Amino acid sequence: MSTIQPRVGEPVSDELVLVQAAKRGDVAAFEELVRRYDRNVFRIAQHITQNREDAEDVVQDAFLKAFQNLEQFQGQSKFYTWLVRIAVNEALMKLRRRRPERTVSLDEEVKTEDDSLPREVADWSPNPEQQYSQAELREILTRTIQGLPPGFRTVFVLRDVEGLSTEETAEALDLSIPAVKSRLLRARLQLRERLSRFFQRRESGDGNK
Amino acid sequence: MKCSEFLQELTNYLDGVLDERTKSELEDHLAWCHNCYVVCDTTKKTIEIYRDSQLYELPEDLRTRLRSAIVSKCHQHKKTGPRSV
Repeated sequence: MSTIQPRVGEPVSDELVLVQAAKRGDVAAFEELVRRYDRNVFRIAQHITQNREDAEDVVQDAFLKAFQNLEQFQGQSKFYTWLVRIAVNEALMKLRRRRPERTVSLDEEVKTEDDSLPREVADWSPNPEQQYSQAELREILTRTIQGLPPGFRTVFVLRDVEGLSTEETAEALDLSIPAVKSRLLRARLQLRERLSRFFQRRESGDGNK
Repeated sequence: MKCSEFLQELTNYLDGVLDERTKSELEDHLAWCHNCYVVCDTTKKTIEIYRDSQLYELPEDLRTRLRSAIVSKCHQHKKTGPRSV
């Protein structure tokens, strides 16, 4: 069985040049950085906040904060990792503001490790996503990932959707590497478990719903 | 290797960061344990489906609007200093 290939490649080599120019106040250079990463920041923000308007605000606030604080970016990490850290913090603030009661949708968070153990081990159809229309698939995937606790969801999105490395994810979320790995495993297994309900191979002739 | 040990290494295996010896123990386990094979295969599919799903893509008109707002706030920040934005 082959391994998973990351989605995001290495940063473009001129990135540091853009960052240096933006530090000197070159807004056009900063705009180029916005162009490179606005889609990523929007996706991350919407996954965390689960709200379109909040995600729009996060994109604006995160980039503005990045511009205002560029001096603090020392270039030890990638600009993108630094930006993601800002965006995640902005998104979490929005989420907390919208849901001040800490228990909202967090019932899974108090469960034990055992809840990540696979119970559903039926094989899936060869092309499970083709069993559904695009709109249905989107709905299934959205609802499934929204059911994860924010801490798991965020790690999964950064690692598996946005393609950050374990180290970059740890840095962006201010977590230890073992904590990232443990959350990632549990997030992956919980998503797998929940998707199995939709994607498992059907025995009889009702294979296409 | 037991199923529980396999599960602990699943993420490292899928990410391709295992040493050769552990990887080969794990693949021996996969060869005879159908349940773990299914869990491994469907976990991999889970990741791929999400990666390819294009959930929450930023529409081009909204993208343009957000970018102009950001650029204009950056210009304002330059003109009036950090405390006024």
